[in-house]
Amino acid sequence: MWKNLPLFPERASALAWQVDGLYFLLIAVSAFFTLLIFALIFVFAVKYRRSVHPHAVQIEGSLPLELAWTLIPLGICMIFFAWGSLIYFQEARPPKGAMEVYAVAKQWMWKFEYENGQRDINQLHVPVGRDVKLIMSSQDAIHSFFVPAFRIKMDVLPGRFTTTWFRPTKVGTYHLFCSQYCGTDHSGMIGQVIVMEPAAYQAWMSGGASSGTLASNGQQLFQQLGCATCHRFDTQGRGPNLTGVFGKPVLLEDGRTVIADENYIRESILIPGAKIVSGFKPIMPTFQGQVSEENLMALVAYVKSLAQAQQKGAASDNSSVPDTPNSQ
Amino acid sequence: MATAVQTVERENYLNSNYGIKSWLLTTDHKRIAILYLISITAMFWLGGFFAMMIRLELLTPAGDLISSDTYNKLFTMHGIIMVFFFLIPSVPAVLGNFLVPLMVGAKDLAFPRVNLLSWYLYMAGAITALVAMVTGGVDTGWTFYTPFSTTYSNTHVIGAAIGIFIAGFSSILTGLNFIVTIHRMRAPGMTWRRLPLFCWANYAAAIIMVLGTPVIAITLLLVALERAFHIGVFNPQLGGDPLLFQHLFWFYSHPAVYIMILPGMGVISEIVTCFSRKRVFGYEFIALASIAIAVLGFLVWAHHMFVAGISVYAALVFSLLSYLVAIPSAVKVFNWTATMYKGSIRYNTPMLYAFGFIGLFTVGGLTGIFLATLGIDVQVHDTYFVVAHFHYVMVGGMVMAYMAGLHFWWPKITGRMYPEAWAKLSALLVFVGFNTTFFPQFILGYMGLPRRYHAYPPEFQVLNVLSTAGASILAVGYVLPMIYFVWSLRYGKEAGPNPWNAVGLEWMVPSPPPTHNFDETPVVTWEAYDYEHQPQEEVTVGH
Repeated sequence: MWKNLPLFPERASALAWQVDGLYFLLIAVSAFFTLLIFALIFVFAVKYRRSVHPHAVQIEGSLPLELAWTLIPLGICMIFFAWGSLIYFQEARPPKGAMEVYAVAKQWMWKFEYENGQRDINQLHVPVGRDVKLIMSSQDAIHSFFVPAFRIKMDVLPGRFTTTWFRPTKVGTYHLFCSQYCGTDHSGMIGQVIVMEPAAYQAWMSGGASSGTLASNGQQLFQQLGCATCHRFDTQGRGPNLTGVFGKPVLLEDGRTVIADENYIRESILIPGAKIVSGFKPIMPTFQGQVSEENLMALVAYVKSLAQAQQKGAASDNSSVPDTPNSQ
Repeated sequence: MATAVQTVERENYLNSNYGIKSWLLTTDHKRIAILYLISITAMFWLGGFFAMMIRLELLTPAGDLISSDTYNKLFTMHGIIMVFFFLIPSVPAVLGNFLVPLMVGAKDLAFPRVNLLSWYLYMAGAITALVAMVTGGVDTGWTFYTPFSTTYSNTHVIGAAIGIFIAGFSSILTGLNFIVTIHRMRAPGMTWRRLPLFCWANYAAAIIMVLGTPVIAITLLLVALERAFHIGVFNPQLGGDPLLFQHLFWFYSHPAVYIMILPGMGVISEIVTCFSRKRVFGYEFIALASIAIAVLGFLVWAHHMFVAGISVYAALVFSLLSYLVAIPSAVKVFNWTATMYKGSIRYNTPMLYAFGFIGLFTVGGLTGIFLATLGIDVQVHDTYFVVAHFHYVMVGGMVMAYMAGLHFWWPKITGRMYPEAWAKLSALLVFVGFNTTFFPQFILGYMGLPRRYHAYPPEFQVLNVLSTAGASILAVGYVLPMIYFVWSLRYGKEAGPNPWNAVGLEWMVPSPPPTHNFDETPVVTWEAYDYEHQPQEEVTVGH
């Protein structure tokens, strides 16, 4: 009977315990106040029923009581606020060195692309114990990436990247749900997150037929689309040199400074005129409608790799131009 | 309600004149309240029918009773009808319309013709939305999220949006009428501190109606324009921002839940005092809590967007503000409970519903705290937990309050008593049925079942079956009052002006009240809920 009636979700991520702990506290406090109110109503209703208590005693109110039941609940709420915010901040900040997986959501399926170029549909394979960061975007309506066993959820939007992360702690297969209503087959937009032992994961990774890493695919696109003619790896290009740009502040023509994150790179490809780098002219054509979500992700991965390659280069005091980053 | 035929000789608002024209062209706030009562009751049954279909589909994990598209249209239409065409007008447009002028000692609302216009606008909006539903339906959810609603849905989004757009003006005009009436038309001696809390609550709701409704009107207009002309406000491919829609939509739709619940809270204040025969505990705190909810309610909208991709700092601010808006609601619950202390309590049906309201609203409010808590909201957002929370507040709270008020003032409205035993039975059925329907959904939600799922994994079935079983009990609990209210129009005991021996100007006029309410302008020399000076046994107080 109980096997067919689970009343609680599995706990399979590093954060799940924290979320559940706060959840239990909330249940305890709520149960206390609910029972308190129910009990008071019941006791008053019985004790002061008209047949035994025909004359009501008029009471105007009580300032100390009003203050008490304003301030005590407020104080308790602030505990929830602090704890809830701590969890939320952890969820919002992926740890450094997390393995990155790109996800494209579309009506009504999930496509995942790993750094080595391998692809998955409606299944996400991850090794146990490893931080996994998802960089997601939608091809049509808003979707939402929800894995109850990990206690994480993040909307997936068209036109921008959103991210989430988790560290799976238990080998197994878990539900992946789309939780933002997205049309006809919304309830069919489900999949699985398959958490594997690291060795099994490696075996699975090397089993797939991959056509180069995501970044190297991006590099090919960078050539094909003609990006390289302006974005040269020296100071002579008509567009900014993209080496080492990712993750750094960029000074704009209008004086603002922005961090070159995934969304900035994405916007610069699709709406080049939105944020012009200081010292350059708004001459770049838009690639809106010419690059698919998958290709965009490859391009972003390539620009990212230019920064990583430079860091590595700087560390080994080797300032050569990065040409084939992350190649296998 | 062709019940104007009565044995009562005295002229009242029901028998003063006859004929369909005398109803459709009336400017009497009491008759307009009846027009609303009939229209929103029809909408309630339609929305309830859709809910029943949804629950039947969810009996089994597979989507086998109806197609996905039909299912999506059903929950969309259930939401649109219940929110915009039942809950928002329920207490204000029916009970508020009937009672606010009586309670403040006025002959009518400030603008009687505008009041009639607002009913016609409501009907025009309702019919437009119904036509959109009959000719193909809408499948966007009542929330109309973009870019799905603007670009990807193939259904009658524009028709439904225009229906809600039109009905919004009805809401604005009703709010305007209440504000002006309560400011300008109070009887001599009816000071703000003597004003019944029902009027305070409707006043607070009216502020939201007037200030908030224009925003949903603009938002839905933009959705319609984007769909028709691709103006590029919300669609990112046209340079728009889909999250802008959510900000605009919730800027109205979160305060809108306070439009729905505040007047219900006003009803509960009247009933708890009457059946405890006590002045209300902490009058000022309950009155000011209504205003605090109306003001703070405008500052919490983005708590619907914690996982939508807003900045973590914005989430932090909106989380904090969401706790703040919970406090005035808690203050009210504590004050109602304290009002019963050392009272002289009678268990008539309105009081039973009021008990139900306080209990279920407490659960609904506390689970709102779960949702305001950022780390927890990530797990339960867009799951059945939210569905359960919302229904605890809206059905467990608001519909309970509406039923409480309908029973309480039914003798005043019709001059007849409803059958008490049947009414108590139905109140019990509603309470049991409601909890059986919606409590399992809290568990389903934390387990991770997303809302708006036509089919679901099999491990969620047991709780879904329980929920559907509860819904059928709930349905019986709602059908019963429908029958005995109609029955009472002919066979109910005559009520007399004040069957509950309650304090308040509305109980000092005959039942049903004469067309002009008061033969002479009343002069108020007592405070609200002055049960100390009210004779204990039933007497006829009148002019």
